Amino acid sequence: MLYRSHVMVCGGTGCTSSGSDSVADAFVNELKKNGLDQEVAVIRTGCFGLCELGPVVVVYPEGVFYSKMKPEYVPEIVEEHLLKGRPVKKYLFGETVTEEKIKPLEETTFYRKQERIVLRNCGIIDPEDIEEAIAMGAYEALGKVLTTMTPEQVIHEIKKSGLRGRGGGGFPTGQKWDFAYRQKETPKYVVCNADEGDPGAFMDRSVMEGDPHAVLEGMAIAGYAIGAEHGVIYVRAEYPLAVKRLQIAIKQAKEYGLLGENIFGTGFNFDVEIRFGAGAFVCGEETALLNSVMGRRGEPRPRPPYPAVKGLWEKPTIINNVETLANVPAIINNGSEWFANIGTEKSKGTKVFALTGKVNRTGLIEVPMGTTLREIIFDIGGGIPDGKKFKAVQIGGPSGGCIPEQHLDTKIDYDSLISLGAMMGSGGLVVMDEDTCMVNVAKFFLEFLVDESCGKCAPCRIGTKRMLEILDKITSGKGEPEDIDRLEELATTIKDTALCGLGQTAPNAVLSTLRYFRDEYDAHINQKKCPAGVCQALLSYTIVADKCRGCGLCARNCPVNAISGQLKQPYTIDQEACIKCGTCFEKCPFDAVVKA
Amino acid sequence: MDKVTVTIDGVTVEVPANYTVLQACREAGIDIPTLCYAEGLNEIGSCRLCVVEIEGAKALAASCIYPVANGMKIHTNTPRVRQARKVNLELILSNHDRSCLTCVRNTNCELQNLANRFGVSEIEFQGENIDYPLDNVSPAIVRNPNKCVLCRRCISECQNVQNVFAIGAVNRGIKTLVSSPFYLSLNDSPCISCGQCITVCPTGALYEKDHISRVYDAIADKKKHVVVQTAPAVRVALGEEFGMPVGTIVTGKMAAALRRLGFDVVFDTDFGADLTIMEEGSELIERLKYGGKLPMITSCSPGWINFCEKYYPDFLENLSSCKSPHMMLGAVIKSYYAQKMGWNPEDVFVVSVMPCTAKKVEIERPENMHDGLQDVDAVLTTRELARMIKEAGIDFVNLPDEDFDQPLGMSTGAAVIFGATGGVMEAALRTVSELVEGRPLDKINFEEVRGLEGVREASVTLDGMELKLAIVNGTGNARKLLDKIRSGEAEYHFIEVMGCPGGCITGGGQPIHHPNEMQEVRKLRASAIYKADENLPLRKSHENPAIKQIYAEYLGHPLSEQSHHLLHTHYDQRPLYRFTHKV
Repeated sequence: MLYRSHVMVCGGTGCTSSGSDSVADAFVNELKKNGLDQEVAVIRTGCFGLCELGPVVVVYPEGVFYSKMKPEYVPEIVEEHLLKGRPVKKYLFGETVTEEKIKPLEETTFYRKQERIVLRNCGIIDPEDIEEAIAMGAYEALGKVLTTMTPEQVIHEIKKSGLRGRGGGGFPTGQKWDFAYRQKETPKYVVCNADEGDPGAFMDRSVMEGDPHAVLEGMAIAGYAIGAEHGVIYVRAEYPLAVKRLQIAIKQAKEYGLLGENIFGTGFNFDVEIRFGAGAFVCGEETALLNSVMGRRGEPRPRPPYPAVKGLWEKPTIINNVETLANVPAIINNGSEWFANIGTEKSKGTKVFALTGKVNRTGLIEVPMGTTLREIIFDIGGGIPDGKKFKAVQIGGPSGGCIPEQHLDTKIDYDSLISLGAMMGSGGLVVMDEDTCMVNVAKFFLEFLVDESCGKCAPCRIGTKRMLEILDKITSGKGEPEDIDRLEELATTIKDTALCGLGQTAPNAVLSTLRYFRDEYDAHINQKKCPAGVCQALLSYTIVADKCRGCGLCARNCPVNAISGQLKQPYTIDQEACIKCGTCFEKCPFDAVVKA
Repeated sequence: MDKVTVTIDGVTVEVPANYTVLQACREAGIDIPTLCYAEGLNEIGSCRLCVVEIEGAKALAASCIYPVANGMKIHTNTPRVRQARKVNLELILSNHDRSCLTCVRNTNCELQNLANRFGVSEIEFQGENIDYPLDNVSPAIVRNPNKCVLCRRCISECQNVQNVFAIGAVNRGIKTLVSSPFYLSLNDSPCISCGQCITVCPTGALYEKDHISRVYDAIADKKKHVVVQTAPAVRVALGEEFGMPVGTIVTGKMAAALRRLGFDVVFDTDFGADLTIMEEGSELIERLKYGGKLPMITSCSPGWINFCEKYYPDFLENLSSCKSPHMMLGAVIKSYYAQKMGWNPEDVFVVSVMPCTAKKVEIERPENMHDGLQDVDAVLTTRELARMIKEAGIDFVNLPDEDFDQPLGMSTGAAVIFGATGGVMEAALRTVSELVEGRPLDKINFEEVRGLEGVREASVTLDGMELKLAIVNGTGNARKLLDKIRSGEAEYHFIEVMGCPGGCITGGGQPIHHPNEMQEVRKLRASAIYKADENLPLRKSHENPAIKQIYAEYLGHPLSEQSHHLLHTHYDQRPLYRFTHKV
């Protein structure tokens, strides 16, 4: 059926959690009420990226962008816009509305610097309808490789494109495929690593939710290239929507003969099954992932042998990340040269990032490699809220590093980030402002890793715990100057000797903050001060006598009766008794309580 | 094998291409420190103490699992390597209950040796340690997680070698723990008490349940007649605890030491072994003759019995109904011998010195009780006996040889070989052949059933009939064999199963050596066993005059009613899990 208008309601995780389902339902009901349900289609799409503004709705053909939608806005939009053709400006994303015209989304600062290859169909198709994916070119690349290319040619093409693994390590994808291709042993396996575990990251999740066929097609192409007939997607059970959409996509692809036996009548068979992870961070490490798929304890094993030689069930296996695989059909369709023209010398193509933290527009973005951090944070992300100063950006997940102001103009690629003491990781970007204590940040990430360490090798199991204990000591005001040496000694050894990538990168948060924010460590240890005013134990609350009106509100609210004074006279805080809970600071109506 | 050339600390060496860096270094004369590593058993690279620098590699490599490559340049003693090893060792020590003085493994602890070797004088990285409760519910094995270094050798031994699956790693990170499923006590788990985990543990995290104090109490008790018996395998291993070479036969010194420790009577489990052959051999003949359940499987190894009851209950009828030798002897001591001596059986305290931890469980089995009395009251492992001798200050090495007491100290070579895998089979064949064919053997040795391989097959002709035999050691191998029998792939008449790899000579109660040395230890102890056999004047159980005497005076004939009452038992299916004790 043909529709004159399409209402695209974001069905990504961010918008779903801010209530996009009820918005979509409201559209369906309202359109029906107005007899428009045969003319206007409501489609639940994948993530648009601007999660900050969710739930978002885009109406085509105009391409206008409604933000922060609520079901109660829907009747007006249906009546005004869809019936009468007048977009309701007050609900539109402010930046798109000017005196003369309503700008399309692509022209907003958020989208202008983005280049969407991986997210090409996210927000554009209904991910639960294979026909929409096919209309956008899905499975064309698979058809092309099966009918016109040899496996060697496919591998050659991927090699030439310069595609590197998007899961963190940045290993050249074509080379990985080539290793597996050369193995004589069969059967071989293609495993899709969808165990996205970095806190705050939702890149892979959005791809699976918004364009699951891109992943399936990438896997099938990989299978053809290395000679595998079985694919496994290892996805965390905490991603129910991604799982559901993958399941639908697999079913539909099979029905259409795009997966399963004798694909495109070429005799090539490829089947995909889904395996669930239970959320252990370490299961994103490829050998731990394989153990988990096989029903064993999810912990890494030493390499070599590499999975390309001995992987799933001891057979040659390639493990590619979701984003890596989603790039593959685009490379086949547009050619390796096209892809290699995007990005930097050693890092080609684009990278999807989850932009979070103290930044105006949090969300999901995709930018060419080589984009600077400043462009991402200030142009796309719209800078730091509340006029605060930028302090650092944490990149690469818990095992990444914190990059300070002076390196904001670094062009992002795998190698530049490593040289800054961070890493690409899977693409988490956490922006921090001046109110962030960097020692505390290091502690936060280390805490996560201590919790998630699999416990197999001694340096990671015990070393990260000992590092965390030292950080605890420092942030609670008990730090000694030697603690810095101890941290460095431990960090170096863990980096140098841990069994897997998780362990080897675990000290990064500490090492990078020590590198760029050593003065904060010194302040904690030597002056017993937390410059950002975060570490409770290092704070002291005092009452400025000039400002105090003697109302007594602070004293009445103090849970430990540490504040005394007489009404109408300035009150004082007994520093010995104070537990630094901050209640007085919050309660004082005259800003007379200061923390330092 | 292809060779590759590698450079180790500037010295170029040629090594087989399938070598690890560790193997190459050791061949080049450099002893890289290791803790978790045990060749063929545990190659998981978890302790990170064996790290070396490989030129061109980003991080240090764990040499125990890193394969050599042609042209590889290895550095084993750079400041970077030294610092990394020391930090990792200190980290392990920081998470270890360092009460070495009171540890059962004091002076025989790999971690202690490493600390000594690295000259660790203080531990820089102090921090929180979880204080875990001891798991001491099992009658055989105590687990102390506070001494565990998480090398996971015990897990590999339990899962990959023994196929018991009683323990595994649970939890994550610093809370990682070796535990039974659901935090159950070992006693409620599939554990078969074989104690092989103890023998591969580098520290004192696993050890036998102590019976020393109850033995001393009994000795001190004037009313008690304390009778001790020693298993065949003990005499070829005990000397190691006193610095004697592996495989030294110390039967005479052992008997002397036991007397000096205050035992009233020193008997030999070998008598029980000869008795076992009389009963078991007769049982086999009977089963063959009258269509009894075949294959008949030996029942001397309580670890194996536990395994069978838990994992292969459909084979319980195949098990010989014979008690194990020390249980037979215990029963005989408390009846026949007590009667002879005019003792009240209640005043007799029988101690078995065994290479085994499962025997500690076996003595408590209710079906082995007679009139409310256990056949055996305490089981000392070889290690425990050594501890007692050391405590008593007995100069073991220079002790004059003494003999066992009589009549139950009399035995034959057939009994001594019970200690090695294949020994029970050979001893049985020596007797059964003569009993069936009614003429002396042409040759006493049945070389075809000897060896250390995990599963062995042989056949002998008995009175014109071909007898198909199998010998397995290690319950993992038993599983393989039983699966084949279940599926009809294999068929036998008689099978010897020993629960521990190598048989009793390397049982869970024997002196501890590094797992890498165990194959050599097995060979040496086994050859000592066969030497002890050759040294004896009588080498067939039925020729033992004391055996003839007990049948004449007391039991009547093998499989008599009296025999059944004292010397035979029965088996029951046991659950893999019970939920009575959590740790």
